[in-house]
Amino acid sequence: MPQIFHPSTNTIARVSLFGALFLVGGALWVLVTVQRSSYVTHQGVPRTQPVPFSHQHHVGGVGLDCRFCHTSVETSAFAGIPPTQTCMICHSRLWSDSPTLAPVRESLRTGVSLQWNRVHNLADFVYFDHSVHVAKGVACLTCHGHVDQMPLVYKSASLQMEWCLECHRQPEKYLSPREAVFRMEDPAPEKRVPSGVDLVREYRVRTRTDCDTCHR
Amino acid sequence: MENDPRPPGAEEPFSPPIVAPGYTFATVSDKIGSIVLARGTRFGWVVGFALSFVFLMVLVVSISVLLLRGVGIWGINSPVFWGFDIINFVWWIGIGHAGTLISAILLLLRQTWRTSINRFAEAMTLFAVSCAGLFPLLHMGRPWFFYWMTPYPSTMGVWPNFRSPLVWDVFAVSTYAIVSALFWFVGLLPDLATLRDRSKNRAARIVYGMLAMGWRGSAAHWHRYEVASLLLAGLATPLVVSVHTVVSFDFTIGIIPGWHATIFPPYFVAGAIYAGFAMVLLIAIPLRAVYGLEDFITMQHLRNMAKVLLATSMIVCYGYVMEAFFSWYSGNPYEQFMIVNRMLGPYAWAYWMLLACNLVTPQLLWFGRVRDSIPALFGISLIVSLGMWLERFVIIVTSLSRDFLPSSWGMFYPTRWDFATFLGSIGLFLTLLFLFIRFLPMISIFEMRTILPQAEVDDHAGH
Amino acid sequence: MSEEREDKAQLVGRRHWRSLEDLADSPRVREILEREFPEHASEWDDPKGRRQFLQLMGASLALAGLASCTEPLGEKIVPFVRQPEDLVPGKPLRYATAIRLAAGTMPVLVTSTMGRPIKIEGNPEHPESLGATDVFTQAALLTLYDPDRSKTVTNLGAIRPYSDLLGVMHDAAEAQRASRGAGLRILTGAVTSPTLAWQIGELLQTFPEAKWHRYEPVDDENILAGARMAFGEPVEAHLHLDQADVILSLDSDFLGGGAGQVRHAKEFARRRRAPEEGAAASSSRKDTMNRLYVAESMPTLTGAMADHRLRLRSGDVAVLARAVAAGLGVLGVSRPADVPRLSEADLAASLGVPGAKRPAAVPGISEAMISALIKDLAKHSSRSLVVVGAAQPPEVHALAHAMNHALGNTGTTVTYHAPVDAGAIVAGSFSELANDMGSGRVQLLMVLAGNPVFTAPVDISFSELLTKVGLTIHLGLYDDETAARCHWHVPEAHDLESWSDARCPDGSITLLQPLIEPLYHGKTAHELLAAFTDQPLRGSAEIVKEYWSRQKPSASFEQQWRRALHDGVVAGTELPPKAVTLQGGLGAGARESDAAGAGELELVFRPDPSVYDGRFANNGWLQELPRPLTRLTWDNAALVSPATAKRLGMQSEDLVVLNLGGRRVRAPLWVLPGHADDSVTVHLGYGRERVGRVGKRAGFNAYLVRQSNTRWIAPGAKLEATGKRYPLAGTQEHGSMEGRPLARHATLDHYLQHPDFAREMEEAPPAGLTMNPPVKYEGHAWAMAIDLNACTGCNACTIACQAENNIPIVGKDQVMVNREMHWIRVDRYFEGEPEAPAVYHQPVPCMHCEDAPCEQVCPVAATVHSSEGLNDMVYNRCVGTKYCANNCPYKVRRFNFFQYSDFVSPTARLLFNPNVTVRTRGVMEKCSYCVQRINMVRNEAEVEGRPIRDGEILTACQQVCPSDAIVFGDLNDPNSRVVQWKAQPRNYSLLGNLNTRPRTTYLASLKNPNPELSKDEA
Repeated sequence: MPQIFHPSTNTIARVSLFGALFLVGGALWVLVTVQRSSYVTHQGVPRTQPVPFSHQHHVGGVGLDCRFCHTSVETSAFAGIPPTQTCMICHSRLWSDSPTLAPVRESLRTGVSLQWNRVHNLADFVYFDHSVHVAKGVACLTCHGHVDQMPLVYKSASLQMEWCLECHRQPEKYLSPREAVFRMEDPAPEKRVPSGVDLVREYRVRTRTDCDTCHR
Repeated sequence: MENDPRPPGAEEPFSPPIVAPGYTFATVSDKIGSIVLARGTRFGWVVGFALSFVFLMVLVVSISVLLLRGVGIWGINSPVFWGFDIINFVWWIGIGHAGTLISAILLLLRQTWRTSINRFAEAMTLFAVSCAGLFPLLHMGRPWFFYWMTPYPSTMGVWPNFRSPLVWDVFAVSTYAIVSALFWFVGLLPDLATLRDRSKNRAARIVYGMLAMGWRGSAAHWHRYEVASLLLAGLATPLVVSVHTVVSFDFTIGIIPGWHATIFPPYFVAGAIYAGFAMVLLIAIPLRAVYGLEDFITMQHLRNMAKVLLATSMIVCYGYVMEAFFSWYSGNPYEQFMIVNRMLGPYAWAYWMLLACNLVTPQLLWFGRVRDSIPALFGISLIVSLGMWLERFVIIVTSLSRDFLPSSWGMFYPTRWDFATFLGSIGLFLTLLFLFIRFLPMISIFEMRTILPQAEVDDHAGH
Repeated sequence: MSEEREDKAQLVGRRHWRSLEDLADSPRVREILEREFPEHASEWDDPKGRRQFLQLMGASLALAGLASCTEPLGEKIVPFVRQPEDLVPGKPLRYATAIRLAAGTMPVLVTSTMGRPIKIEGNPEHPESLGATDVFTQAALLTLYDPDRSKTVTNLGAIRPYSDLLGVMHDAAEAQRASRGAGLRILTGAVTSPTLAWQIGELLQTFPEAKWHRYEPVDDENILAGARMAFGEPVEAHLHLDQADVILSLDSDFLGGGAGQVRHAKEFARRRRAPEEGAAASSSRKDTMNRLYVAESMPTLTGAMADHRLRLRSGDVAVLARAVAAGLGVLGVSRPADVPRLSEADLAASLGVPGAKRPAAVPGISEAMISALIKDLAKHSSRSLVVVGAAQPPEVHALAHAMNHALGNTGTTVTYHAPVDAGAIVAGSFSELANDMGSGRVQLLMVLAGNPVFTAPVDISFSELLTKVGLTIHLGLYDDETAARCHWHVPEAHDLESWSDARCPDGSITLLQPLIEPLYHGKTAHELLAAFTDQPLRGSAEIVKEYWSRQKPSASFEQQWRRALHDGVVAGTELPPKAVTLQGGLGAGARESDAAGAGELELVFRPDPSVYDGRFANNGWLQELPRPLTRLTWDNAALVSPATAKRLGMQSEDLVVLNLGGRRVRAPLWVLPGHADDSVTVHLGYGRERVGRVGKRAGFNAYLVRQSNTRWIAPGAKLEATGKRYPLAGTQEHGSMEGRPLARHATLDHYLQHPDFAREMEEAPPAGLTMNPPVKYEGHAWAMAIDLNACTGCNACTIACQAENNIPIVGKDQVMVNREMHWIRVDRYFEGEPEAPAVYHQPVPCMHCEDAPCEQVCPVAATVHSSEGLNDMVYNRCVGTKYCANNCPYKVRRFNFFQYSDFVSPTARLLFNPNVTVRTRGVMEKCSYCVQRINMVRNEAEVEGRPIRDGEILTACQQVCPSDAIVFGDLNDPNSRVVQWKAQPRNYSLLGNLNTRPRTTYLASLKNPNPELSKDEA
């Protein structure tokens, strides 16, 4: 009886066997990569804002201290978002008629808040406390990156759990002296004085990796 | 027996024939192949398939409702957090044992009588395992996160808890499924080739051809085939023991009286083989009748399986006796209460029914007449299957319903969704089975050839 | 606390008023900025105050709120700022106010985050609370946010603006002026608010002919009548339980729910502490523990604590009272107030000599018991106490007063003061009002409180009487039965939305200040009454403040006012103890009417432990809270003793017909061990017809058989079988300990001889018997100890936990399949023969085992051990295999079989505690030792670089516990209280022999029976 398969199909069969293996492996690799990509984490993706507020200008240029706006960062879980009032402290005089700032003036006039787009957003079941991190010498820079070089703010870190754990498991690599917490320049870890290890001792840093540290 | 064509000394454990006389290689191939290659479909098959398919749809519905509303639709509660879901899981997994046992262990033991039943026994195994595999997924509160049970580099930087028997299950069951699937497929290759060559229908030839993966029956093929199946058999053999041992750990690792017992692993394995053989009988008996395969699946097969049934039932019952003995001997009030509660508590009916099914009924198999009576064997197998389901019910529900603090004791009442899911899984099983017997040779054609007298003769002539 | 800090606080407080969305989006923000900041320029400059404001503004962007806030808020408000930490932005703030229930008032501190009151705690400064609260107070929070509350002013069901009503009231008032208010009637409940009393007084001056009537379905009439009988004037007894060595309770559930429960429990528990090792001679150690005799029909929490419980029909309690009184030689004897104390000789005479003073026979109670009881009381003269329940007739109260007098208890264990209810003396009765209405003398009726259409005695058909009144105006939280039958209904402001004041049971006055703007435009009674004055639109803040400025006119009034708000009590307002004189001829008018004949059933009415008189019918937390002893939820039932049920051939969950003098109501039967025979107890407040979604189709209406003349105890009741069944949802099916050493207990004597009895009851595995590597707990090691001897089983812990941890309710159907979600449950065990069993309570939270069975079986490591010994449950990691719950020997794990938590309704979202994850369907949950509180305190301590103080972390259950039965702390701190408790010999681990090594342990309970009485009597 006539053959329905050309001999070459044997080769195809063999190849397909191994191909299947690589296909499965490849698929897994893609998954693992995608879930860490900025496509998922929005890491490094600037968010547009109702008012194009530039941290680059205000922090890098003008040299405002973080706490000027984020007032409760040292005392509360929540760092605080400045109200229109804070903007107007300066902008009632500076650029007081610039069209870019129209929404700000509008907000003060009508009493309707500006609605910023949230950049750093944690899941509802994650509890983070700014005050204790700042008190233990975690610099703004360490998590938020060089906001002084960001025209529009973006996440410089993935804020994924493995990222949190990295520091909680070895804080000495990431701590800064308290006085440097709000500064925007980062000496390379080895150049830091005192060293992270000393800081851990000095600030009695007891990073916990218990689940209840962040999940309640 | 006088009509045995084989010369004396041929190492055959069973003197009676395991294939009726008068068959040639060709007729065997015809006989078995025709079932698959026959034009048109038997009416009976259509009816059977339709019925099973209906039940399959029941499963689909109950799963959809489950995913939409949550496991609350079942009767599970506090303290009985596991119900039909895990009962069915263990029951199916148990059934899924006979196949590999027959194909692997009996192969290594050179039990040639296995030849004619191992193909569909293995298929049955695969289908049972796929039914079993459903339930651990469905019983989860949030099944869409099932993959958290597998070790993979997650962005959460956490891994599964390798101390948990449930994680062991994941590995045990998946390994078992893969190996037995491979074993089954490899075994099918020569027959797929036969079908390819014999089928008249071009489409069928292409499909079978692709599945046959270019099998030409050359000496080289046969050699690799032998090696592969031996390796797989060797691989599968420990699995038969390991899988159900691991499943039994789900309970023995627990602290609940009635779970925390060292006897579990052996008697779970025995129970699995017990249930498995009962299921093989349940399938074999109608098959040979409907498709006229009495010549290949002879009375001798049924007798042998009946004996295995009897033997395993004795082991299982030894387990029951030991449970009772332990709980008394332990001197632990909670253990002692547990067994009393089993015998006299609100679920006593389940315990006594279980003993009636698994301890009393199989004793009939001591009598040759019963072993020779096909209806009796069928009935007993049914009862045994029920009994094994009840065994899991007793272990899970009765133990959980009354544990340590009387304040939190409570009863378990199954809902219609419990039953729907259970029947649905049976539907899935039967549907797969019907498809199998329609499109694949339910008996290994080429292996049957090897046990024909002619094969023997050639063999001897060769020396 | 310095002045300007208070001012900051005011700013803070005001900012927390309105809902946040409102704050963020409404144009009113600008108005506030413009109108208010100038006047508070100082605060605006103050960095802290400003930061608080900015921070709130920022946060409000992220938060959702209600869009229903209307009025701008001019009033000042002062937060509680005892600890400076409280003023740190983003940290919760606490405000002192009070929650009212009928004549009872609970002074509280309310925790508010971002303008949402989320938790109520007792006011530790106030003697009525000392930090603890009861179940009703805890549940008040849920009522505040109840979406079923009435939201609009209605006239005959049609929505109308408030101004319309004001117009109508004005015209009606004008019409009344002619007749000097002859047609005006005001119906209130108990009025503990001095301001309201003053307003009513003012009104009655303008309308001399008008009348004020008072009706509480659960009232103190018998008490006052008894006082009149005994002393010739209505006074209230103020108990000092911590002074009493021997207490006789005559049908009084003073440890049960209601006014004074918390203080009673505290004082009682203080004398219930076991004498610990190191106390001097055993004799003196014996005396440290009090002894409690309780005579009652239905077993109550008080009865469960009793050392001797006398099972009596409520109707027969009077007989016992007379017998004891006779024994003490007071019956029919008139004595001056300064009665000489009974000498042993007198007593011997009164007991030994057969004759008049010999104890009369009491059905079912042995002579031996009675004489022993009498001796015991007399032996502890001036250190004993006789308490009577409100259900008992005035005669019994009078007898009790006489006994306390004869025993010289007056002034030590009991003092008297004027009633806290301003209406008690001056206001007219409900029946008088009914008569006036019936005879058409009433043209204008103001129903300022309550739901009389539902709660009125059945022989007063109030709904019909209402039709005879020209204009009826109802003020209430709900659009209830009464609202439906009044012409006008006005939504009432919740206590947490109101300015007011209230007299606590001890007489001291607390100011109520609002935590949030009225969510549903509610009005207070103050505002409604103001409508009759020339300033109909005055806010209650103004009114209350005016009253007080009149009371304490002084330059420093403003400061006093703030001080009072801040402290939660107005200084120097406690009622002075009243000197009373005992009248003569008490025994004379002893009436038998209450006592049912032998074999005849008596019907006893009680306020429901959860819905009280029906006002909490729509409160899910209370509905699902297991009732004391019966452990039933979502229903009331007719409770009878096993013997009675047997005699009637009935069993639990039979649907029966209660027949009282031809009036019938269908009720499910429940057999309650320990209940008196031939007596049926029913609880009021169920069977509401017009109620919200929660209260629908729950229970039966006992008011339908309650009559004016027999409002508490009604003889001659009948039970008729219907052949039908009615399923009840209980949370505990099995009441016996099966001989297992679970809730361990002994008598005081046994304990003194074998201090280690509790540990000896079970063979405990040797320390370090584990295959796991030993764990060293550096830093903290949290643990809890529960003193079963102090625990009264009041359930406050359960509901406080529910409020703190966002625990959902599941509904009756789910409870019936054992799916309730409470993280801490109170197990109830009966021991002894079913007729008169001993009752033991055991609160069971998560044990936080050091060797936890749940942890090792979870496949995804969703429940793991923390470095501080907590058994963490990580909801977001849980996949819901339920394996952990199966493997938990204590069955404290709760599973979300369905989506129980309400993410949908906006008010529910306001209620959630923002520091606790709200669980979704399919995950396991359980007690976390309030880890959110631990973490909050830890972060504070870390930021301040100081160690955590012992007692700084209070778990919700510990904080609420009225009898201080729960202690939480650090095992690594040798001085912590928890370590001291665990060092006591009574300390034991539940199921210790499983070697789970629980962090939660128990102190065994002790009974202190009268040595004179042999075992079988005890």
